[in-house]
Amino acid sequence: MSEAVEPARREATVRVFRGEDRASGGFVDYTVPVDPGMVVLDVMFRVQQMRAPDLAVRWNCKAGKCGSCSAEVNGRPRLMCMTRLSSLPATEPITVAPMATFPLVRDLVTDVSFNYEKARTFPNVKLAPPGPDGKRRMYQEEVDRVQEFHKCIECFLCQNVCHVIRDHEENKAAYSGPRFFVKMAALEMHPLDTHSRVEMLRAKHGLGLCNITKCCTEVCPESIRITDNAIIPLKERVVSEYYDPLAWVKRRIFGEKEPAAPAER
Amino acid sequence: MATTALPAQRRALRRDLWWLEPLLIVVGLGLFVVYAFVTGVQTKGYHYAPYLSPFASPCISANCETFSFGRALLPAWFPPAFFVVWIPVAFRATCYFLRRSYYRAFFWSPPACAVPDARSAYKGETAFPFILQNVHRYAWYLAALLWVVDVYDALLAFRFPAGFGIGLGSVLMTLDVVFLGLYVFSCHSCRYLCGGYLDRFHGRPFPYRVWSTVSRLNTRHGVFFWLSILFVVLTDLYIRLLVSGAITDPRIVFG
Repeated sequence: MSEAVEPARREATVRVFRGEDRASGGFVDYTVPVDPGMVVLDVMFRVQQMRAPDLAVRWNCKAGKCGSCSAEVNGRPRLMCMTRLSSLPATEPITVAPMATFPLVRDLVTDVSFNYEKARTFPNVKLAPPGPDGKRRMYQEEVDRVQEFHKCIECFLCQNVCHVIRDHEENKAAYSGPRFFVKMAALEMHPLDTHSRVEMLRAKHGLGLCNITKCCTEVCPESIRITDNAIIPLKERVVSEYYDPLAWVKRRIFGEKEPAAPAER
Repeated sequence: MATTALPAQRRALRRDLWWLEPLLIVVGLGLFVVYAFVTGVQTKGYHYAPYLSPFASPCISANCETFSFGRALLPAWFPPAFFVVWIPVAFRATCYFLRRSYYRAFFWSPPACAVPDARSAYKGETAFPFILQNVHRYAWYLAALLWVVDVYDALLAFRFPAGFGIGLGSVLMTLDVVFLGLYVFSCHSCRYLCGGYLDRFHGRPFPYRVWSTVSRLNTRHGVFFWLSILFVVLTDLYIRLLVSGAITDPRIVFG
């Protein structure tokens, strides 16, 4: 398989958001020379080197694994280091804006502490007691399901694109967002975890606010199937415990605990 | 000190054809809803022996042209389709794939990723009416039963007065139940019910195997949604054209 031939692009114009405030800041055009194989982050480096040394850009690994260079390239939430110049139209300026959901620090850098505050509200794994031999065992088929969730690099592009908080600032207190539903799914489906998070998901983390429009899945650079594999299965668990009259009747008749503890699933 | 994101910054910066997908959904679903309504209110034209339109199956009211269970079970209050159509409507309307599609295309909530939500207030699926989406699991139970009846109809479509045979209608009805089955059994609720509720798969090979199979189908749930709609419409249209005499059914009967 050969890669598509890149157009002979010798220079690129980038329209970069500049400013310390969204109201007073604006887009500034920079034209810089470019080389074949460059990504948008490379172009930002060129802008820093040749046009605007004070341009604020957050980056770290430049390999799509640290999740630092999240931005909106031509209006689409993406990692700048994973967006090849050749994948963008050569006939118009490339727009590069900071993530819209988070408060602006400066230029392309946003304050993502919302996510760290949310992360602190989740209980960690609470393991079941060891077996008779003093060991805890997990099996491959159980690990396979949750492995995907551990690929998350915390770039927060899914949080940024989620319209529940992107377009409705008032929901930030009551909604944790896709990144944390992925984390919760990893714990809820953990074969040895005994902590139930279903009530917490419904009442405190706003799982019901998600209307599964799948934008989080679309923007995930790690291709985690956030909606299908994390959010919807969690919604189904909430349905079982709160919206399933048959399950409620069954629990009443057979005197089961309500709701059933995850360890018994 | 960081400033708070302002609404002025929330305008869409996308210049690609983000509006195309919602437009196609509106057109596709709109055509289907109009077709389903027009065909659903008909009291005739859905049965051309041995073919029965999936819109009218099972035919259980007194005004049916044929009775799926040998006799009428309900009075002739409405066109035959009305007695069963609420099941696929409930199943499809609460389907996780379709919810994604119509929230985008019809409610603009949001119309596309990183394009502003058209609604100023948003409660998602936490309040009426969208909290009712949680009944999807029950709609799935009924849809699975309905699919069994559709399979029975498809088998009958090979039984001609002179004996076993294959007509174009038999082929269409078979493809219809295949795609309906793939759609129904790739459902997210089905995936949960057949094993997704478990945290431990070890020592439970049957649910694990079923869950794994449904999970593989689930990745194409949206494709099966549209294919099943296409073949339901094609099958119904074909039977109506046969009834009207506009076309004849090419068939091989083995006797």
